[in-house]
Amino acid sequence: MWSLSNIASGIHEWLSKTFPSTVVTVVEMVIVGVCVISLFAILGLVLVMMERKVSAWIQIRLGPNRVGPKGMFQSMADTVKLLVKEGMTPTGADKFLFNLAPYIAIIVSMLLMAPIAFAKDLTMWNLNIGVLYVSAISSVSVISILMAGWASNNKYSLLGAMRSGAQIVSYELSAGLSILCIVVLVGSLNLNDIIASQSNGWWIFKGHIPVFIAFIIFLIAATAETNRAPFDLAEAESELTAGFHTEYSGMKFALFFLAEYVNVFIVCAIGATLFFGGWMPLHIGHWEAFNHIMDFIPSSLWFFGKIFFLIFLIMWFRWTFPRLRIDQLLNLEWKYLLPISMFNLLLVTAMAILGWYF
Amino acid sequence: MFIINYIKEIYSGLKSLVVGLRRTLFYFTHHKEIITEQYPDNRATLNLAQRFKGEVVMPHDENNEHRCTGCTACELACPNGTIKVITKFDLTPEGKKKKAIDKLVYHLELCTMCNLCITACPSDAIKMAQTFEHSVYDRSQLTKVLNFEGSKIMDGVE
Repeated sequence: MWSLSNIASGIHEWLSKTFPSTVVTVVEMVIVGVCVISLFAILGLVLVMMERKVSAWIQIRLGPNRVGPKGMFQSMADTVKLLVKEGMTPTGADKFLFNLAPYIAIIVSMLLMAPIAFAKDLTMWNLNIGVLYVSAISSVSVISILMAGWASNNKYSLLGAMRSGAQIVSYELSAGLSILCIVVLVGSLNLNDIIASQSNGWWIFKGHIPVFIAFIIFLIAATAETNRAPFDLAEAESELTAGFHTEYSGMKFALFFLAEYVNVFIVCAIGATLFFGGWMPLHIGHWEAFNHIMDFIPSSLWFFGKIFFLIFLIMWFRWTFPRLRIDQLLNLEWKYLLPISMFNLLLVTAMAILGWYF
Repeated sequence: MFIINYIKEIYSGLKSLVVGLRRTLFYFTHHKEIITEQYPDNRATLNLAQRFKGEVVMPHDENNEHRCTGCTACELACPNGTIKVITKFDLTPEGKKKKAIDKLVYHLELCTMCNLCITACPSDAIKMAQTFEHSVYDRSQLTKVLNFEGSKIMDGVE
């Protein structure tokens, strides 16, 4: 049957037959890099368009509907606009750090792509500590935000960056604890093992209420870590103009913008992997016929479908909830999410030991 | 006791969030609710809000008659001198002098659409129209005379 993993292994076999192994590795790295960059570009276009349409429909508006059929080329037109704009550097700014920050932001989201299994047997890097790697690298993104805020030489930017630092450091905890729930149940940090453990049912169904609570906490923490409303204190248009990217323009701004959307995609991919079985199709108990039909849908489609469902959830939150104040934000984390997720982790551990799951 | 309050707080918070999410999901799925008017495209079928106020007009009937008595209540009510009533004296058939309007001058460029003149008018002679394409090339075109040429007051309006 046609699948992405067949194409990948076909290319690998052909390359190994024709070139020495060093060249094969280099060529494969280049191919993967090109794939990741094109995925970035497509994701940027699609997600910006999706966000604008979702926000419009939620706010009883029409959304972009002029450029191309149903306005679908609007984000492409915006990209062209951003490409031809001048990328200014303010006079008082720390030029090196100012120009470095957007690249760090984009590199962090590129690195996060590595351990994700996009389809059956299609992973860039089958890493045995995938979950740890993801949570470690995702917290590096705060450095790019702090760097941008500090180097801008602007008090709004600095305030936004500092808020973002406090926010990411504190929400990392509950995100980590909710991810740990799944790790406890599976007993492995490898994302592929986690997916394989869900072949007889996704964790959100198998794990009852504790895993559902963990999923909700993960969703809240993921929204906070990607700096999206209702936790967009780092940008907070009405208070800090645009927070850490106030001084950025043109393509440098676009890189921050792209990194934000790609980060949303990645946290949703992690969420889909942990709670919704990654590329695993939906199987219900002993309904053989139903399960068989579901197997015919390609695994990559399943994965992307789940990701886009989660992205829709996060967008839905963004356009429904008002922004939290900074003290409310930290209250929510330290007084509610953290105790609940710790208690929840205990429950899940008990469940895993006693075998109270399907 | 503390733990019960804590759980209650979480429950009520989540409940209110769910209420909001349900509302937005309703709007997301019901595209008929969209209120955006694609203005230049749908100029013919434009659907304006009921209380939209565009400019002050004086309705005339088919005999070119209006209901304005020239009492200047609107001029007095106007907060920024938008309306100027110029009165004259007509002779009634009995030979009595009767106050009537010569011109009711309306400065659209000054008007804030506050509706005070309409509420002040005792004989419902003026009302708010829903026109809004007011741009002109010269400012003097914004100064309008509301009563038509040769119009007179309706019978029975005192």
